[in-house]
Amino acid sequence: MDSFMTQWVYTDTVKDHFMNPRNIWKKEENWEPQGVGEVGSLACGDQMRVGIQVKDGKISDIRWLTYGCASAIASTSMMSELVKGMTLEEAYKITPSMITDALGGLPEHKFHCSVLGDKALRAAIDDYLEKNGMDNPYRKNVAKIICECKGVTDQMIEELVKTDQAKTLEDLQRLTGYGTGCGKCKSKVALQFEEYKHIYGK
Amino acid sequence: MDDTRIVYLDNNATTQLAPEVQKAVADVEASVYGNASSMHTFGRRAGALVEEARRNVADLIDCNPDEITFTSGASESNNTVFEIARSLIEKRGGGRIVTTTIEHPSIMETVKYLRSEGITVDMAPVDREGRVRIDELKKLLGDDVVLVSVMTGNNETGSIQEVGLISELAHACGALFHTDATQAIGKIEVSCRKWNLDFLSCSGHKFYGPKGVGVLYAKKGVPFQPFVHGGEQEHGRRAGTYNTPAIYGLGIAAKLAKEGLQEEHDRLWAMREKLRKGIVASVPNVVVNGCQEHCLPGTLDVSFENVEGESILLMLDMRGIAVSTGSACATGSLEPSYVLLAGGLDVELAHGSIRFSFGRYNTMEDVDYVLEVLPPIIERLRAISTH
Repeated sequence: MDSFMTQWVYTDTVKDHFMNPRNIWKKEENWEPQGVGEVGSLACGDQMRVGIQVKDGKISDIRWLTYGCASAIASTSMMSELVKGMTLEEAYKITPSMITDALGGLPEHKFHCSVLGDKALRAAIDDYLEKNGMDNPYRKNVAKIICECKGVTDQMIEELVKTDQAKTLEDLQRLTGYGTGCGKCKSKVALQFEEYKHIYGK
Repeated sequence: MDDTRIVYLDNNATTQLAPEVQKAVADVEASVYGNASSMHTFGRRAGALVEEARRNVADLIDCNPDEITFTSGASESNNTVFEIARSLIEKRGGGRIVTTTIEHPSIMETVKYLRSEGITVDMAPVDREGRVRIDELKKLLGDDVVLVSVMTGNNETGSIQEVGLISELAHACGALFHTDATQAIGKIEVSCRKWNLDFLSCSGHKFYGPKGVGVLYAKKGVPFQPFVHGGEQEHGRRAGTYNTPAIYGLGIAAKLAKEGLQEEHDRLWAMREKLRKGIVASVPNVVVNGCQEHCLPGTLDVSFENVEGESILLMLDMRGIAVSTGSACATGSLEPSYVLLAGGLDVELAHGSIRFSFGRYNTMEDVDYVLEVLPPIIERLRAISTH
């Protein structure tokens, strides 16, 4: 029984961020965000809200709230630490792998469903730029998530269509698992799929 | 961890071995190594222990010893019963199986498999309390039904089904009736005779017996065919060398369960009710799942709004309390508990469900400890939640 607590489901870093989450958006703090982003849903089992303050083109402060499992909480917490002080462009390019690497890794099945912090952050940056009437030069360069539950992006769909791996929606579902969580994305995925098929003449 | 109390409240997942069972198993392991099928003294000694266990189990579930087949556990027993039904359907050139939407995965997955093989399986829905809707079940019954299978008590909600009544309905249309009594054994009275069962499945490890050993009761004269083919053990009903120590241990566990049944029921229910009342009184926005009247005495399933179950589970674990959750995140799938959803519970609430399951070795102090630790955890997780 010596190793009773040492062999935890997650790494020590995940455990630390889960038990002591950083940059929590406390109501009593009356913190005012300049941009807010929200992704996920309670039905999916994960939901994140991220608020940012921006100074001189950099993320000067960040707050977040998360409904979700330990890895969802820890990954949002880690994301909030990583992006503080980053330029908007750098922050916009943060990926789930950068977050999970900083956490010392996550179990395979947790990677797609629980790491949504980067998407919430991008939504917050989008919101900040829009509110301030500024151009959004980043949006188009980054993969857009279509199926939140399975972390399926437009770029993934594009690649699978382009390389003939997904010839039908059934193929796509088998390869990515899209639409098998909350199912809300199904029509969006179908549209995107048809669009890429058209673009690549499939 | 050093100063943390350890409170095991996951007895529906498995139980710890009763010390009496542990000793019995160890003694047999050490001294009785003969093959229970052998004719010589070593074999006969082992065989006698297997038969003693068979009598103990028969006593507990109220049937004849020769109606008991030892298996590797309830999953195998369930698979065997459904295989028998499949074989009957194939022999008759038609027929259906009727079961419910809240069965154990060893039935749910078998159903999926049988359907993929072209067998028709209908599933009766349950009401909000997790009890099978008798009106809907009746609609599914007919003279083409070969097998009706309804569990006795549910592993997640603890809801107890009207097994006697359903057995009668099944027989009225000429079907065989099976119940998976895995969770009910040792907690409520289970009687093959009173309920007029054709088949019953259970596992030793749910009532303080060893893991990897279970029981399939098959009423004398009902159609039977083995699932595991091979030797002539169990009169040809289940091949494989007898696991004498485990079977003997299961028998001891059955004996203990029979002796202390009512007392154990009352103890479990008292702890469960104290915890239920305590949670409802100290944590706002909770939903108690399942049926509160017809309920396995040690099972309490609670949904906490706006908190996700895995987070609760891990925070409780950090304080030495072991529970389980119906949240998708804990299972690796994206769907939360199908049992809770089948009862009409909102997906969100299913994600936030925690099952506390009491056992013989829990105490009222365990309940006090949970009531001390749990409310601040929920408060803390709600403070960082989006809602």
